[in-house]
Amino acid sequence: MSAREEVLARIRAALADGGEPIQPASAGPDGAGAGTDTAFRTQGGLDPGQLLDLLAERLTDYRALVRRTSPAELAATASLALAERGARRMVVPPGLDPSVLPDGIEIVTDDGLSAADLDAIDGVITGAAVAVAETGTIVLDGSPDQGRRAITLVPDYHLCIVRAAQVVEIVPEAVARLAAQADRPLTWISGPSATSDIELKRVEGVHGPRTLEVILVGP
Amino acid sequence: MTTFLGLPTAPAGVGHLRGSEPFPVAARRALADTQVRANLTMATATIRAKRAAVVAELGDWEELRAAGQAAKAGAMRHLDRYLEQLETRVQARGGTVHWARDAVEANQIVAGLVQATGSREVVKVKSMVTDEIGLNEALAAAGITAHETDLAELIVQLGHDRPSHILVPAIHLNRAEIREIFLREMADVDPALTDQPAALAEAARLYLRRRFLSARVGISGANFAIAETGTICVVESEGNGRMCLTLPDTLITVMGIEKVLPSWADLAVFMQLLPRSSTGERMNPYTSMWTGVTPGDGPQQFHLVLVDNGRTAALADQTGRQVLHCIRCSACLNVCPVYERVGGHAYGSVYPGPIGAVLSPQLTGVEENPTLPYASSLCGACYDVCPVKIDIPSVLVHLRARHVDEARGNHRVPRSEAIAMSAAAWVMAGPGRFATAQRASRLGRPLGRRRGRISQLPPPLAAWTRARDLPVPPVQTFRQWWRDEHGKPS
Repeated sequence: MSAREEVLARIRAALADGGEPIQPASAGPDGAGAGTDTAFRTQGGLDPGQLLDLLAERLTDYRALVRRTSPAELAATASLALAERGARRMVVPPGLDPSVLPDGIEIVTDDGLSAADLDAIDGVITGAAVAVAETGTIVLDGSPDQGRRAITLVPDYHLCIVRAAQVVEIVPEAVARLAAQADRPLTWISGPSATSDIELKRVEGVHGPRTLEVILVGP
Repeated sequence: MTTFLGLPTAPAGVGHLRGSEPFPVAARRALADTQVRANLTMATATIRAKRAAVVAELGDWEELRAAGQAAKAGAMRHLDRYLEQLETRVQARGGTVHWARDAVEANQIVAGLVQATGSREVVKVKSMVTDEIGLNEALAAAGITAHETDLAELIVQLGHDRPSHILVPAIHLNRAEIREIFLREMADVDPALTDQPAALAEAARLYLRRRFLSARVGISGANFAIAETGTICVVESEGNGRMCLTLPDTLITVMGIEKVLPSWADLAVFMQLLPRSSTGERMNPYTSMWTGVTPGDGPQQFHLVLVDNGRTAALADQTGRQVLHCIRCSACLNVCPVYERVGGHAYGSVYPGPIGAVLSPQLTGVEENPTLPYASSLCGACYDVCPVKIDIPSVLVHLRARHVDEARGNHRVPRSEAIAMSAAAWVMAGPGRFATAQRASRLGRPLGRRRGRISQLPPPLAAWTRARDLPVPPVQTFRQWWRDEHGKPS
């Protein structure tokens, strides 16, 4: 018997009593209804303005830098952010809208750059797929304006543009929105990289980008 | 190899599920280490406060716990089908799925996969199951060097130490001790390194960066695997996980079969339960989700190794199977008065604390971890914080009963205990005998010298008071008091 057949046979033997756990369960065999006991919140209740305020507050709470702007001011805001950072050379994914790119810096469009190339670059500019206000989380889904995972990982500075329409309030709303792209590589980012491994004290800045800067673009 | 309902448990001689000595012996030595106790007291108090604060922010926490419990129970009840579904989805997206009956087989599979790449080095994301099966030792035996990249795992690896906590394996070490390990073991470290956590994290960043950028093979565990979509999910903080999951050409993910979740929608629950219970954050800094292979993004070879290693034996136990719901958050360790005092090493397994006391004996068979179900005061704090509502105290009591039953079946019951229990049964079966025994207990009163407690009984009863006090017997029994107050019952 192959290991596969044997493990499956063991499982069926173990569940010969019907597999009922001590506590009753509600999940069905095809996954429908599993974990969707909707007694927990599935939708937030904030209006759009409050939503952006909460996202800004929660991002800041986890040591991300936040700038608020309007669509018309986006490129100027990005320029300011890069100037303050002192960034000269930024990588961008191939599908990022060129009109948001600031003048006066060198833009390198990713075409499969090596990790060493990415390590030598000042930072990365991307869009986002979804943002969760309650947890201060940004989700990237590998769309053309977000690019391969490596480009938001190796550079030490990530400038991320989040638009109001991408913001949801709570995690279940984000999971529902992402269902259609569940088979893409997703990266959920909540602040810069951090560790609590020494005496459980949180320290920002380990292997991922040590600076996360978010531009929130209002309606 | 022992069996429960005929199902094989995790084999001995490989991996880290069994201690070299019984818990009471290991605990006694651990209690003598005041430095470890001070480190643990500080760390667990910090994390308890953080968890409590972020859990209190959610008005629907109890509903989330109930949903998490239901999703896990549903996953276990149809585990065979969900695993087959997961396999199909992963294969459809260009991944390869391997099945391993136990630790030995899982290690062989992984070592073979690494050897096939020609690489002699791998970078590893922190993973409980690879610690459980002793993968690093198996890779070393095959001539492959495994670099742990999680900061705490790196500290443990460089210190030639063992992990003592599920989330923070180096929780038993303080900053000064970590600095000493780095100065001793990191070849290029700045000798002026301070013991500030930020400086230590920076030293780890520099030490690992070259390894990440040149790594060809990554090895990870999995926090969740979604049957519906074939998506694997790894939750982390430092970005070392993203490095290992993104930059290498080949990714090998090792997961226990119980990590499967039925549907994508389940993440709505678990992505709230896990970070708040684990690091006490609203959300952990990084979570990676991927499905098979994505052309042009990340590893182009993906292997998923599904490991049993005693899990089906646990699944066969109707009371014990709920332990397979565990999402390894470690909240139960942080609230446990026993763990806080003895630390993780005393449990002898990579799974310490309350969850370890119910998980390790089920994976190995209770007879091979017979003291762990007793490593608890049954206070119930672990149950209260468990994000998937595992009733740890009930499983502890159940496993104690299994231990006694299995030992009796093998004619190896602790003799004095069996005799004492038979005697107690005889005494309690007759009202006159019971009353006499109660009166006789007053003879023990002189033993209680201070605060109404007896801290040391004479032999052969001394074993009882070795780890606990006994209340001094009262002057009167309840029956005597009742008779004095109300007269003899007619």
